[in-house]
Amino acid sequence: MSQGQFLTPTKAARGLGSAKSGTAHHIRLRVAALALLVLVPLALYAIISISSAGFDGARAWVAQPLHATLLILTAGVVSYHMRLGMQVIIEDYIAKTGMRTTLLILNTFATIAMFIAVAMAVVQIWIAG
Amino acid sequence: MVQLTLPQNSKVKKGKTWPKPQGATNLRSFRIYRYSPEEGGNPRWDTYWVDMDRAGTMILDVLIYIKNNIDPTLAFRRSCREGVCGSCAMNIAGRNTIACTKGFDELPSGEIVIAPLPSQPVVKDLIPDLTNFYAQHAYVQPFLQTATPTPEKEWRQSAEDRAKLDGLYECILCASCSTSCPSYWWNGDKYLGPAALLQAYRWLIDSRDEATGERLDALEDPFKLYRCHTIMNCAQVCPKGLNPAQAIAKIKHMMVERVA
Repeated sequence: MSQGQFLTPTKAARGLGSAKSGTAHHIRLRVAALALLVLVPLALYAIISISSAGFDGARAWVAQPLHATLLILTAGVVSYHMRLGMQVIIEDYIAKTGMRTTLLILNTFATIAMFIAVAMAVVQIWIAG
Repeated sequence: MVQLTLPQNSKVKKGKTWPKPQGATNLRSFRIYRYSPEEGGNPRWDTYWVDMDRAGTMILDVLIYIKNNIDPTLAFRRSCREGVCGSCAMNIAGRNTIACTKGFDELPSGEIVIAPLPSQPVVKDLIPDLTNFYAQHAYVQPFLQTATPTPEKEWRQSAEDRAKLDGLYECILCASCSTSCPSYWWNGDKYLGPAALLQAYRWLIDSRDEATGERLDALEDPFKLYRCHTIMNCAQVCPKGLNPAQAIAKIKHMMVERVA
């Protein structure tokens, strides 16, 4: 109840001090965004151009090595960007330490799982030809 | 989790409507946030009818008119009445600004709502508790730091380097910008806020200061600097026309420059 009651303003403002990291996250989020500026329009173009090819046509398109590689790359960059972006959102809006830590860990697991799911699907189509 | 409504004891109730002045022709209503720590209870909105022909030109003049002629218990901070001290910062018609330079003819017609600066504890009526805000300003060490022995006459600075301080030194620490920032609302305990960061930048680009590395180290933190998402409310409300968002962007450039 009285925890933190008599903290000086300086103590409160200083908190635990500077974490000595933050710029790396800032740079990585923006570099991933730059990559997505190219990859997402490419992916959208691909989706639109194979939308009329039917299931077999789409499958044949994905099985091509270049297309499969680009798809896996796009999935990877999207997952990475999403992990960094969701981290910022969770840090912004979740104040309680326990819930925040849990969600940050789940965020990492979920984005990795998403990437693995997409990558495995593409690889299986690619291998099967 | 996220709180979507105010706590029960913070909900603002309807308060008193004060009587209209006799024989006034140019009347305007003001809905003002009231809270008394002695009385306790919930805050409330009181409505005052003001004769605009007798109430000066600025919102501060209106508040002083109300205090002198209608309700002497209305509490607000004020000092210079000319936009240099930063005391009378409050939320006027939904925007943070200082009352002494906000003309009431600048505001849309109809009732004018006056409230204290958002997200800060309220001491009384329109007076916020800015203790944390001042402590965050102190955290950025807003003073010259040098290792070189002090020169006999003065620390020399070129005119071009002095020009870099324009738009930064004029800050009056009114807290309009920081209390208008949603990131500061949600993380005001850990995010320094636009005002403190503007002052941090003021010292970072001062050519006479020799502690640039240490200053940047102090900001190398996911919360202290990087809660800024260029929302830009700060630049929009600054009553002195300063641009804290631009200063923060330049700090981020410096942070990237030293690792890239």
